[in-house]
Amino acid sequence: MKAVCWQGTRKIEVENVPEPTILNPRDAIVKITTTAICGSDLHLYNGYNPTMQKGDILGHEFMGEVVAVGRAVSRVKLGDRVVVPFTISCGACFFCQQDLWSLCDNSNPNAWMPEKAMGHSPSGLFGYSHLTGGYAGGQAEYARVPFADVGLFPIPEGLTDEQVVFLTDIFPTGYMAAENCHIQPGDTIAIWGCGPVGQFAIRSAFLLGAERVIAIDRVSERLQMAKAGGAEILNYEEVEVGEALNEMTAGRGPDAVIDAVGMEAHGMGLEGFFDKAMQAVKLETDRPNVLRQAIVACRKGGTVSVPGVYTGFIDKVPIGALMNKGLTLKTGQTHVHRYFQPLIERIQKGEIDPSFIITHRLPLEEAARGYEIFDAKKENCIKVVLKPGMTSDSRGVALPSSVTP
Amino acid sequence: MEITSSSNSEPERERAGNISETERWGSLIAGGAMILTGLSQRSLRGALLAVAGGGLAYHGATADKSLPDRAIEATGLDKPIRVEKTVAIQNKSPEELYRFWRNFENLPAFMKHLKSVTVLDERRSHWVADAPLDNAVEWDAVIASDRENQLITWMSVEGSQVEHSGLIRFRALPHGRGTEVKMVIEYSVPGGQLTSAIAKLFGESPEQQIGEDLRRFKMLMEAGEIATTEGQPTGQR
Ligand SMILES: [Zn+2]
Ligand SMILES: [Zn+2]
Repeated sequence: MKAVCWQGTRKIEVENVPEPTILNPRDAIVKITTTAICGSDLHLYNGYNPTMQKGDILGHEFMGEVVAVGRAVSRVKLGDRVVVPFTISCGACFFCQQDLWSLCDNSNPNAWMPEKAMGHSPSGLFGYSHLTGGYAGGQAEYARVPFADVGLFPIPEGLTDEQVVFLTDIFPTGYMAAENCHIQPGDTIAIWGCGPVGQFAIRSAFLLGAERVIAIDRVSERLQMAKAGGAEILNYEEVEVGEALNEMTAGRGPDAVIDAVGMEAHGMGLEGFFDKAMQAVKLETDRPNVLRQAIVACRKGGTVSVPGVYTGFIDKVPIGALMNKGLTLKTGQTHVHRYFQPLIERIQKGEIDPSFIITHRLPLEEAARGYEIFDAKKENCIKVVLKPGMTSDSRGVALPSSVTP
Repeated sequence: MEITSSSNSEPERERAGNISETERWGSLIAGGAMILTGLSQRSLRGALLAVAGGGLAYHGATADKSLPDRAIEATGLDKPIRVEKTVAIQNKSPEELYRFWRNFENLPAFMKHLKSVTVLDERRSHWVADAPLDNAVEWDAVIASDRENQLITWMSVEGSQVEHSGLIRFRALPHGRGTEVKMVIEYSVPGGQLTSAIAKLFGESPEQQIGEDLRRFKMLMEAGEIATTEGQPTGQR
């Protein structure tokens, strides 16, 4: 089969690889119909994760049809059309049973690696380095899904791939970020980063009852999409964000702030990562600028919600502001499984159509180009979906479509 | 979870040789708590020997030596690999976990270095571990203490190539928090001549390798299978 393989920093190759097989009794194999490139894939693309190995198959946002199941699988069956949460969860451990799916105890075969760096391991993730299990990802024609009864969600009739594929990650991630803000009537939420997660956080904040959302970025098409979603926008290259936020909120500050940027590709402190990893990575300066700004901007007693991905250490966090202003810090990889039902209901009711985010549809074979334009934000790129089986002439390129907030 | 290596915790001969203390301690062993307390000073094997008492048939071959001497030999002359680790296992009672563990033939399912365990009778079993270059290491083990649903301890018989001792204890946690499982495993080679072979058996980090066994046990008990990515497709490495 064809699969998108990481072959080094900014080196993506679509290779012919063997098809996946059932390795454990609870596995299923999914024939992939739609997959996507995520912003956090760019951290891998840019070589910031020292536990990537040449040949690793990328991709953690994917969906398709069940074509094989292991002997212990009972709830999903051959032919089911399914989406696959990017977090891998056993369904049986303490954390899965607490609805904390991204903290599953039993899905990371390399749990010792994050344990050394973080004390405990989060769940395994698809296509996201050996730190999180080294699972082959879904930017491929087929993928193996462990714990299939827990990790596959059958799609009701009448919804297109593009309406549901983002239930795998960016929609619930944006939604959880907004939910973590404990939005009250009248609240103003400020969101740093108008990439895909930021866009879903904006719309989710409104779905959860926010009065105002202020979105911060510098890329004009992202800001335009945020505006189309109902947000007021700030270009941080043009205004001093902290002052602007104070002006816009009567000096009080936003009730909650969201860092949808994270470590960014320009620097992440991997200091203290387990030893072998350290040797493979060149230490660079962190860029927790957004987190610092967000903490300082947040109103007293407010909430700082961090869906942006951090993996290592950051320096000079304004802990004094966090403490003295009585802020609440909410973080976490998304508990994707928790959000399938409520979010698919919102899609079915027409409250949101997640396909608004797609700017590019490419055949799987053009993945390298997809990574390149997404990383460089060329061609007004905001979100790329890849279609196995799509031919170059059946492709259509859509621009940011009109959106209802 | 904690990982402890005993390589820097050789006991003082005087203390290990104190018969009355050792035996009193042995007699108090009830729930395994004293073994666990004693482990910071002594080897697991020494503790188990103390528990087992002097009259057991399996040290017949070396019955000329007193029990305390055996303990000194086991603890003082070599540097055993010892791993001590505790996990919580959700939705499994101490009874269920005890029953699984009590059949040692189940152990190779999650102890990666074990090739097979054959149960010979109620207390004895034959263990085969994989060693590099197709050199299997074999020994017979005997159950030293067995408290139903709570604790099992075992050790290799005298004269084994590899001295292996183990302890597993099960305790219910409150409020549906599952069962606390504490495992202590120790391997050593008398005389130390094969110490490097033992290191090879468990790779560069024996503490980690053995500790991973308990993680795999937890996965098997909770999730019904052991997470793996071995055998999945990749591109050109
Ligand atoms: Zn993602
Ligand atoms: Zn779990």
